[in-house]
Amino acid sequence: MAHEALPVLAPAAPEMFLAAAAMALLIFGVTRPNGSARLISWLAAFALVLALLGEFALGGERRVGYYGMFVTDSFSLFMKTLVLLGSALTIVMGLKYNEDRGIARFEFPVLILLAATGMMVMVSANDLIILFVGLELQNVALYVVASFEREGVRSPEAGLKYFVLSALSSGLLLYGISLIYGFTGTTSFAALATLAAGTAAPGIGLIIGIVFVVVGLAFKVSAVPFHMWTPDVYEGAPTPVTAFFSVAPKLAAFALFVRFMIVPFAPFLSEWRQIIVFLSIASMALGAVAGIAQENIKRLMAYSAIGHVGYALIGLAAGTEEGIRGVLVYLSIYFLMTLGAFAVILSMRRNGRMVEGINDLAGLSRTQPALALALAIFMFSLAGIPPTAGFFGKLYVFLAAINANLVGLAVVGVLTSVVASFYYVRIVKIAYFDEPAAPFDRPIAAELKGVLIVTALLTLFFFVHPGPLIGGAKAAAASLFLR
Amino acid sequence: MVIGLWHYLVVAAILFTLGVFGIFLNRKNVIIILMSIELMLLAVNINFVAFSVFLRNLEGQAFAMFILTVAAAEAAIGLAILVVYFRNRGTIEVEDIHLMKG
Repeated sequence: MAHEALPVLAPAAPEMFLAAAAMALLIFGVTRPNGSARLISWLAAFALVLALLGEFALGGERRVGYYGMFVTDSFSLFMKTLVLLGSALTIVMGLKYNEDRGIARFEFPVLILLAATGMMVMVSANDLIILFVGLELQNVALYVVASFEREGVRSPEAGLKYFVLSALSSGLLLYGISLIYGFTGTTSFAALATLAAGTAAPGIGLIIGIVFVVVGLAFKVSAVPFHMWTPDVYEGAPTPVTAFFSVAPKLAAFALFVRFMIVPFAPFLSEWRQIIVFLSIASMALGAVAGIAQENIKRLMAYSAIGHVGYALIGLAAGTEEGIRGVLVYLSIYFLMTLGAFAVILSMRRNGRMVEGINDLAGLSRTQPALALALAIFMFSLAGIPPTAGFFGKLYVFLAAINANLVGLAVVGVLTSVVASFYYVRIVKIAYFDEPAAPFDRPIAAELKGVLIVTALLTLFFFVHPGPLIGGAKAAAASLFLR
Repeated sequence: MVIGLWHYLVVAAILFTLGVFGIFLNRKNVIIILMSIELMLLAVNINFVAFSVFLRNLEGQAFAMFILTVAAAEAAIGLAILVVYFRNRGTIEVEDIHLMKG
């Protein structure tokens, strides 16, 4: 193999910029007096936007760096846009909450920057080593942000649970990678793809390796039966962290999952499809049933997230270009409505304290009609009721499943979304028809208001102009299937 | 007896299984969970180095270096979280970690 003398670094320029920005902000924060968290949060959000602009400047054409270990293409551009936007918006959305709780420390945005760097590396990984390094960079930052409210009791418990289960899943993932390496002799996705295209059926060692890696990745995207950390971490972590967990790391892990299954192992689709189908059905069913009994809205969002992962996995189980397009459309719509729902949850303050009970929303339509309307839009969208965006997300994955002869999976998806709509619609019922509880504090912070208005409008009026999103997802999906 | 690849793989598999069981069966102490995680990662390292020698390919040993580094970082963070947890709760018994359920 002839290598150029120096690795090509240009495709990873935005990642390098983000890592440098995180270090610079850390030094800047240490030298400043206390109370500069707000300034550093805005600077961090600005750095994330700059990194996003850098990604746009690189564009969607396929570039390979670091001797083929790192790749940028339309797929990575699409997912990085979501990841970076999600990270920047959750930093900004959490400002007020952190100040109220007395946890407004400048380390928070710095840790989010480091996690975002890890997620970008995950999305662009084209080699098992890079996959592992990106995943761990993300994980180590996430352990700390989960236990960020260190004076509380629940947040360190959430961090500890996340740490133990995430480290366990990393162990399983690594064991799988070691088997894949041992039975193929390579860690590069490109070499694995060539190998897979040339063999009729994979050996048993390779299959066991792939299964271990799938289990590790299923932990990260919280697919049933590897979801047990999700409700506890969502409930225990501070709410801005929960919002962050439910958008950025989930999407990055999903991007990694899709790239790992499709780029090297698409020829073995018939071997791994049944695992994905099982994960998908189990996630949809548990997400629909377990959400019904919840009284805490953050816990409910955890089960909702588990259910949505199940729907997105339908597209991966299809394994076709159309299926991956469905996954990408679904993930971006999930991103919109989850971010909006968390903006509502972050607005639930009463007498300067955060409240998290579903019953605290009672009669919201009479005390704060605009907030209640936004909540209703997000809940209908999460339930998948037309004409909201959530319906179209489901439509695209179900269509892809039917075209891939997975009619049974699509039927299960429709049935579970009917069951799940019970608890979403119950929230709307509580907000609109129950006797009003004490009103929430006003005014809502300006940054939350901005996020609420934009996400609510995009969720409600998605059907007017879906072209750009669908087109982008189509190009991104196609870039994975180039040979 | 010549010690071949399979012997290493079997040892690694046994160590890995012990690590996984250490996490799930242990009902006493969180420190033991940290040790079990470390055991799992080191078992993986045995796999990588054995495969690397067998395949005459250095990638596996490079990977083992990455795993060692990351395992150290993870252990540091895990212990830090454990210290914060102990300060607030005064216990690190596994059975006491149950404030949130459902």
